[in-house]
Amino acid sequence: MAKDQKKLEYVLRIADNALILGQRLSEWCGHGPVLEEDIALSNISLDYFGQASHLLKYAAEIEEAGNDEDHLAFHRDDTEFRNLLMVELPNGDYAFTIARQFFFSVWYQLFLEGLLKSQDEFLRGFAEKSLKEVKYHVQHASDWVIRMGDGTEESRRRIIQAFADLADFIPECFTTDELDLYAIQHGWGPDASHLKESWQKNVAAVCTEAGLEMPAEGWGQRGGKIGKHTEYLGFILAEMQYLQRAHPGAKW
Amino acid sequence: MSNKDWPLWEVFIRSKSGLAHKHVGSLHAADAKMAVENARDVYTRRMEGVSIWVVKSADIVASSPADKDFMFDPANDKVYRHPTFYEIPPEVGHM
Repeated sequence: MAKDQKKLEYVLRIADNALILGQRLSEWCGHGPVLEEDIALSNISLDYFGQASHLLKYAAEIEEAGNDEDHLAFHRDDTEFRNLLMVELPNGDYAFTIARQFFFSVWYQLFLEGLLKSQDEFLRGFAEKSLKEVKYHVQHASDWVIRMGDGTEESRRRIIQAFADLADFIPECFTTDELDLYAIQHGWGPDASHLKESWQKNVAAVCTEAGLEMPAEGWGQRGGKIGKHTEYLGFILAEMQYLQRAHPGAKW
Repeated sequence: MSNKDWPLWEVFIRSKSGLAHKHVGSLHAADAKMAVENARDVYTRRMEGVSIWVVKSADIVASSPADKDFMFDPANDKVYRHPTFYEIPPEVGHM
């Protein structure tokens, strides 16, 4: 156990969202619908990896177990990951990937804006640096949601389906458990439950332009933040961690 | 979705303030907004620029390569069109 186990867990919750979503998006590399989008998604994926790397390095310092960021990325098991369930879902079609980028990025931007006021100097700096990246992610995803909603019959059908498929995974973004409340009390970060109103407003603005209904209020799959994941995470880790597990410390 | 549905755009990047925009390549995009965003992702990911111009390739009017001889060759022997052709009186100093 780390001296500050709560802080460690809190930082992992932020880091693992970036790490797992980055890994997911990297799967599009070489498979994007058009070359330009292929590069755009790979860029976004690399933004997430950069963020994950910073945060995991910080987490390793908090842990004080002599590990580095790579160890935390490649040698933790699925139950030790703290990401939201949404980010580990399979990419699906491009509409699903874009819809997830949209819902997640709008939330993530609001979260980072709250993190700007963190009492934790590292997290404050992290938020400031990452916000620039995430603002672009929001714009990229929003534009595509509008294009798909207001595009062809097929694109519209697909984006509506993606919204429906993701609805159950949105509420988890706004949950606050005991650890979150502790973090809020200590001024580490914003109260996620307070982000919901702004999230709905921002999402609604894009939906209006796209001619889409807001995603339904799902009943809310949850568990990612305490290490209870979908069956998909294990497969992600199998691929992501394989090399470091087979050849610990390998460098190239 | 196929690229053949999307027009081609030429991309111009200004590498830093004060310099002119320079042609860097082309890409496909459905409209101007997407062209600027795609250009950002494709051509400025290694800090190549601070400003982007895009223009539809179809809107560019170009000289014909076949006209090369009468368009450009006549300039070949007009050395007096270069400022260096002229001797500057020493009183003028550096220009």
